[in-house]
Amino acid sequence: MTHPLSPPPKKDPQKRSVSPTRPPEVRSRAALHLSAAAAEGRFALQRCADCGKVQYPPRDACSACLSTDLPWQDMAPGGTLIAETTVRTSPRLYFRERMPWRAGTVQLDAGPTVLAHIHGDVARHARVRVTARLDQAGQGVLVALPETDTPNMEDDPLMRALSADPKHRRVLITDARSAQAPALARALQKAGAAIIFAGEPESWRPYPQRAELEALGVQILPMDVTDTASVQKLAGEIGGKTDILINTARFLRPGGVLDRGDTGFARDELEVNYLGLMRLAQAFGPAMCARASDGVNAAAAWVNLLSVGALSNARPFGAYSASQAGAYSLSQSLRAEFRPSGLRVMNVFFGPTEEDDWYQPLPPPRVTAAALARSVVDGLQRGLEDVWCGDIAQDLRDRFRRDPKVLEREMTLGGEGA
Amino acid sequence: MARPASYEGVALVAPFSTPYQRYSIDTAHHWIATALRGSLRAAGLKPGDLDGFQVASFTLFPDTAVGLTQHLGLCPRWLDHIPMGGASAGVALRRAARAVQAGDAEIIACVAGDTNHIDSFRQLLSSFSRFAMDASYPYGYGGPNASFALLTDRYMTDYGATREDFGRLCVAQRANALKNPNAVMKKPLTMEQYLDARPIADPIALFDCVMPCAGAEAFLVMSEDRARALNLPYARLAAAIERHNAHADDPIQLRGGWTMDVDVLWDQAGMAPQEMDLVQTYDDYPVISMMQIEDLGFCAKGEAPAFLRDKDLTVSGDFPHNTSGGQLSGGQAGAAGGFIGMVEAIRQVTGQAGGTQVPGAEHALVSGFGMINFDRGLCSSAAVLTTGARA
Repeated sequence: MTHPLSPPPKKDPQKRSVSPTRPPEVRSRAALHLSAAAAEGRFALQRCADCGKVQYPPRDACSACLSTDLPWQDMAPGGTLIAETTVRTSPRLYFRERMPWRAGTVQLDAGPTVLAHIHGDVARHARVRVTARLDQAGQGVLVALPETDTPNMEDDPLMRALSADPKHRRVLITDARSAQAPALARALQKAGAAIIFAGEPESWRPYPQRAELEALGVQILPMDVTDTASVQKLAGEIGGKTDILINTARFLRPGGVLDRGDTGFARDELEVNYLGLMRLAQAFGPAMCARASDGVNAAAAWVNLLSVGALSNARPFGAYSASQAGAYSLSQSLRAEFRPSGLRVMNVFFGPTEEDDWYQPLPPPRVTAAALARSVVDGLQRGLEDVWCGDIAQDLRDRFRRDPKVLEREMTLGGEGA
Repeated sequence: MARPASYEGVALVAPFSTPYQRYSIDTAHHWIATALRGSLRAAGLKPGDLDGFQVASFTLFPDTAVGLTQHLGLCPRWLDHIPMGGASAGVALRRAARAVQAGDAEIIACVAGDTNHIDSFRQLLSSFSRFAMDASYPYGYGGPNASFALLTDRYMTDYGATREDFGRLCVAQRANALKNPNAVMKKPLTMEQYLDARPIADPIALFDCVMPCAGAEAFLVMSEDRARALNLPYARLAAAIERHNAHADDPIQLRGGWTMDVDVLWDQAGMAPQEMDLVQTYDDYPVISMMQIEDLGFCAKGEAPAFLRDKDLTVSGDFPHNTSGGQLSGGQAGAAGGFIGMVEAIRQVTGQAGGTQVPGAEHALVSGFGMINFDRGLCSSAAVLTTGARA
């Protein structure tokens, strides 16, 4: 049974923060598909389209029939631990700093034998569940978990390294005025977050959720993502103890190009949705990167809430979608820039929301704030990189992956009226 | 499988080992040149006399055997590069012997060597194979120690081997190494020290692991007629086998490719395992030596621990094994680790082994194993050598 994690002691300011180190990042192109599936929480391997043999390690040709048609498919997680070792010395700094490290050979029910990280609660020669997780290099790795959940299993140091679990961590919600802020705060609190901060723009303007946030014990601090000085001021105060940042700041209005008479709203959309993200990252990013290996409450994740319209423009929110596409593209740059530190960027995509007034004319289904909050916390706990919350987001993702041009054509139909 | 043609008429001469160094500021080129020169001198030959050249090395980059010809001033009409680590010598010998028999070359130098800089083992590890990069390094980065720990763990589970069983092998090899002035390890090793050693990757501890170092090994292959004309002591090649990626569907490696070819080996040699005066196994970890002793027919699968329990594995014992100390006590100079047993076996059956000589040795088995590409060693080789002419 895993020993439950205790809240970390207050940090000694005279001590040097541990410099972030990472497990090996380099992979073959074929192996990156394992990472891509792990980024969404799926365990997938190649299965030969011609003879059905499941392959591992990832290949460019089938080891049974030489077919080069090796599609990736989700695999049954069952397996048996047939051999194990505890590594006590390694030339790689990341593992050296985390010794001893348990690894083992798992024979999968699906066929091949894999090398995997072994959870501390797995007994010798036991049946295991194999999952794929992203490690601190951002690459997919296989983990053998006990066949059934054990108490506190997420507190195993291995699982802490393969997740961004909010437990004992300090979280900043960047915009307290967001319709999703109270539900997020509640879900984070339930997941064991140590402190929840929320940035508040235009404090003089009343809004209904403030009392709710206060009642939850959220620390409300002034910050406006359109105001560089205010972002830098708050980063100066709490940047060194922000372990997870969830960017809820959003400027949302309907309209494409011709519906609007000028660029006023578009400017606001860019100020909040695109430049706001950039201001936050410039102010909070460096300190978070520097603390990415800082023990139990190391900085772990940067979370962007993005409209699924970022993938393919979604009328009647055409101009807003464009700002979301910008934010999405910027999040990919952030991923690359955060990668050397191990800080994760998690994008949570969602469709029209229940609580935002501007979506009122749209038909259901809509995403509730509670559902979005659950997705955020679940994604953090599983260390995901891309989360698709709700039916609309998942539908658009699937159509986008099937054929982005067909999706674009469907999204831009002119209608039969004219 | 049909019995392959005989290797008759082929002579193995001029075995040469450089002393090994833990770390070297010199290059693989330096070490290979040193061993080549040593071997040629032992045969009374000059570089210009060679018309075949074969090399095994991990640290030559960006060069290969081709670059070495210009670097070392050689002009061979037969050239070969064997990137097969611990299985290199057996593979090298098969190819060179056939080339000499066919007349494609008359005198072939077989050389294996590597350097070892302070950081070169780490760098070698980080670029060893694609499968290791994708599916092995990310899991603790224990290198070969971790890979062999898994095999050892399973072997102990299935066959009841104990750490003492592995220790007996390591302790005996250290005793042999103390008689070899070139061995890296100079201090005796007791069973107590073996068992109390620092754990590296459970169940493997410090003395189960080889010490990476710099060095090189070489010998020459020519016709028996030529060897006699030069008045050189020589060994004959009675049989040789190699195999790659055997038993790919075994979930974990408890046997090697030798099992597929062992009958061919003894049939071609016209001998039985019991007739061997000494055995040189590839000993990167003791479990692999046990596997070879089983798979090459000395005892049944899983019985090597019991088989070895009442044997004396030292040069003066009833089962002389890795007589120069092997890699475990002699050191592992990269690809030269694949040659250490072969070069020592040539010395033994030609009566040139000095302090480690097994009295009257005529028949030797040399076995090789190499290249953990992902979870198992892919290459296996073995050869039976007999006395041609003694020193």
